[in-house]
Amino acid sequence: MNFLAVIGRVAFRFLQAAGRLGIFALTAVSHSFSPPFYFRSLVRQMMTIGYYSLPVVGLTALFTGAALALNIYEGGSRFNAEAALPSIVVIGIVRELGPVLCGLIVAGRVSASMAAELGTMRVTEQIDAMATLSTDPYKYLIAPRIVATTLMMPFLLVVVADIIGVMGGFLIATGKLNFNPGNYMTLTMDFLEAIDVYASLTKAAVFGFFISLMGCYHGYHSRGGAQGVGVSTTNAVVSACMLILLSNYIVTELFFAT
Amino acid sequence: MNDTSKMNLPKISLRGLHKQFGPKVVLDSIDLDVMPGESMVIIGGSGSGKSVTLKCILGLLHPEHGSIKVDGEETVGLTGKNRKRLQRKFGMLFQGAALFDSLPVWENVAFGLLAEGKVTRREGKEIAIENLGRVGLNPDVARLSPAELSGGMQKRVGLARAIANKPEIIFFDEPTTGLDPIMADVINELIVECVKDVGATTLTITHDMSSVRKIADKVAMIYKGNIIWSGPRGDIDRSGNDYVEQFIHGKAEGPIQMEILKA
Repeated sequence: MNFLAVIGRVAFRFLQAAGRLGIFALTAVSHSFSPPFYFRSLVRQMMTIGYYSLPVVGLTALFTGAALALNIYEGGSRFNAEAALPSIVVIGIVRELGPVLCGLIVAGRVSASMAAELGTMRVTEQIDAMATLSTDPYKYLIAPRIVATTLMMPFLLVVVADIIGVMGGFLIATGKLNFNPGNYMTLTMDFLEAIDVYASLTKAAVFGFFISLMGCYHGYHSRGGAQGVGVSTTNAVVSACMLILLSNYIVTELFFAT
Repeated sequence: MNDTSKMNLPKISLRGLHKQFGPKVVLDSIDLDVMPGESMVIIGGSGSGKSVTLKCILGLLHPEHGSIKVDGEETVGLTGKNRKRLQRKFGMLFQGAALFDSLPVWENVAFGLLAEGKVTRREGKEIAIENLGRVGLNPDVARLSPAELSGGMQKRVGLARAIANKPEIIFFDEPTTGLDPIMADVINELIVECVKDVGATTLTITHDMSSVRKIADKVAMIYKGNIIWSGPRGDIDRSGNDYVEQFIHGKAEGPIQMEILKA
């Protein structure tokens, strides 16, 4: 009997949290499309999330592309398939590693920062103060963060991650593995299809939405002082990473399942 | 409604206000009237429900039962544009000032005006500097970040922000907490001056009796979620209420028993 009660309690709490998150997401999205719009705040968030994430995203993509090329060359040589290196690198980076690694890196950087900033604003009554100044915190704080992340992920960060990742493979292949640069680029372009790019950008937009949603949700509902903000920050990063990996599978299934 | 009947109508009227968090009842049944232009101060110990009362009026918390009327209009359940219209009547000085630490001082002061698009950034800065002057801060402070200010200066910036929109009602949440006695007196005097300038009705919550004596027209004492006494400031020393007596003299012995565990 007690065991059933525990299962029921856990299920009830899960549904309660899912419902609360769903309502938060719907409210945030609806506020993103209705005036007033705070463009200054949106541009500031685009700079913070997009531009300032470029170095870490670029370095991650560069080393991942380079390591991928080495692995594929070494693995492929076991059955004389070294020539497939450019095609596997481009498909691996664009379809999978570019968006997923970029998403995880940005989740660590941006989701944590959003949760910490909004959480601190919550526990120091800054969000309450905003409401008393006739300003809707959803419009001023949440909407610009969600719109900026959902736009910056596909249109800046993942595009850059994909290009630099492929370039990482190219540099290792031509500099160390004696591939001909012209042939490498031709093979890369021949194997890359439009659907690979669409899938990559779709994943990026979905990941961007989840990263900002988790950061904002956990930060906005912080309570209990510094410890509460710490818990919110951890929860934001963990839940954003889990949602990235889950939605990555779902989007891949939607695009490529036969 | 003519001016006379408006003057007779309470600016804020609470009836049967009840709020609980889970099983814990914080406000049992609060009845309170604040008349136009009046400075009402609510006193009471920590955890007695002062802040919750304020947050219910501001719409930051939703009461389970009861009525909150502002200028005769029921405000419980107001949302969207109606809530926003009501919020424009309010100014608030928070206990910790609650300044936005990502913005410079002047943007904090002009935040409400800028966010509503009522003024350009240039005009907003001029208004902010003017209001900083009213609380005794010089224009150089305008460009500083809130983190660069002392506690007393932060309170003064918070006060400048509260009056910048020329609100009809200003709320003060523990305005002197955490300040030294001299700075506390400076803040009390600024509150009296600024409120007189703006012509606002005020509702203050505090447990600082020097604030009460300086800024109150009327005083109400809250205990265990109920108003147990209210009257003019001058009557507080002869209230005849044991709870009020104990509170204003800060005695450990009396009907108010603090929840402390003794070894």
